[in-house]
Amino acid sequence: MAQSQYIVVVGCGRLGSILASRLSSQGNSVVVIDPWESSFNNLSSEFSGFQITGDASELSVLRSAKADKADCLLAVTDKDNINLMVAQIAKNIFQVSTVLARVFDPAREKIYRNFGIATISPTQLSAEKFLANIPKN
Amino acid sequence: MGSGKLAYFLAKQFASKGYHITVVNTDQQEAVTFSRSLKATVIHGEGSNPTILSQAGAYQADVVLGLTGNDEDNLIACQIAQKEYGVPRTVALVNDPENRPIFEKLGISVAFSATEIIANLIEQQTSSDEIKNLLPVAEGKINVTEIALSESTSIAGKTIDEIQLPTGTLIASILRRQDVIVPGGDTVLEINDRLILISQPEYYGQLLRLLGAE
Repeated sequence: MAQSQYIVVVGCGRLGSILASRLSSQGNSVVVIDPWESSFNNLSSEFSGFQITGDASELSVLRSAKADKADCLLAVTDKDNINLMVAQIAKNIFQVSTVLARVFDPAREKIYRNFGIATISPTQLSAEKFLANIPKN
Repeated sequence: MGSGKLAYFLAKQFASKGYHITVVNTDQQEAVTFSRSLKATVIHGEGSNPTILSQAGAYQADVVLGLTGNDEDNLIACQIAQKEYGVPRTVALVNDPENRPIFEKLGISVAFSATEIIANLIEQQTSSDEIKNLLPVAEGKINVTEIALSESTSIAGKTIDEIQLPTGTLIASILRRQDVIVPGGDTVLEINDRLILISQPEYYGQLLRLLGAE
């Protein structure tokens, strides 16, 4: 695999915990941030990174995760606006080279994609998947 | 956009000054209350939702204010208003004071931190009775200060020309008992005068020493 990267995962829900566990088991150094300590129970036993309990909209929390040193930041909380804000801070203030944000709202996703924030919309992805699986007649 | 007392009273105040107000509120019940008691259009919804912003007439808005309790919602709503709907001026409330400079870097016209403002006010009120910082203007490049001339001042009985104010400072007006005086060079200063001073911060110390208030 590629060289080990320093990766910050913001949000440790269902998606965040899978990403963090998978990336950690691949040998990357991973820090995961979530406001609820209980969310870290979602992490698999393969996860060997750090956990930070805190609200990522607070700058000092991002700093304590050393987000300014990260190679990659994934903003995957369940709130679009937090993801978009954290992604912009990571990209524009901390100059993190790879930043991805999850955005549920397709309208918001389109706007921010045009501003140069890389976004992934689960809504759009599942719509495409559903449509692709409907047999054509 | 916003909810609670802050949004309510601000909307009320601006409406009474004749501004045309639209409030976007996420709480349906509160939105109904607002719509009954405010001279404003009230929309129930999320201010960072592009559809709601467009319904609220963001295309024609001169200013968008993000006043919710969540920094991220204020940022995103202001950014969408600005970038998508071309609103010329956006103002965001930040709760985390550290987010203030960050928001301005991310394109918000003005970000203000209520925490910071209240902390400053408390410091000023508890520091000195003689000196009151009234307000910083132009991001603190100019200060407006109120100073009372105490018994110990050496300049009582002199005219403004005689005391030779430092450059970058000005006595804008004098409060003497019930009167407000706009002073000229020949105005004589008296003990217990309250002076409204306008100064650039770099000359402020010099001015205070001259007035014997330090």
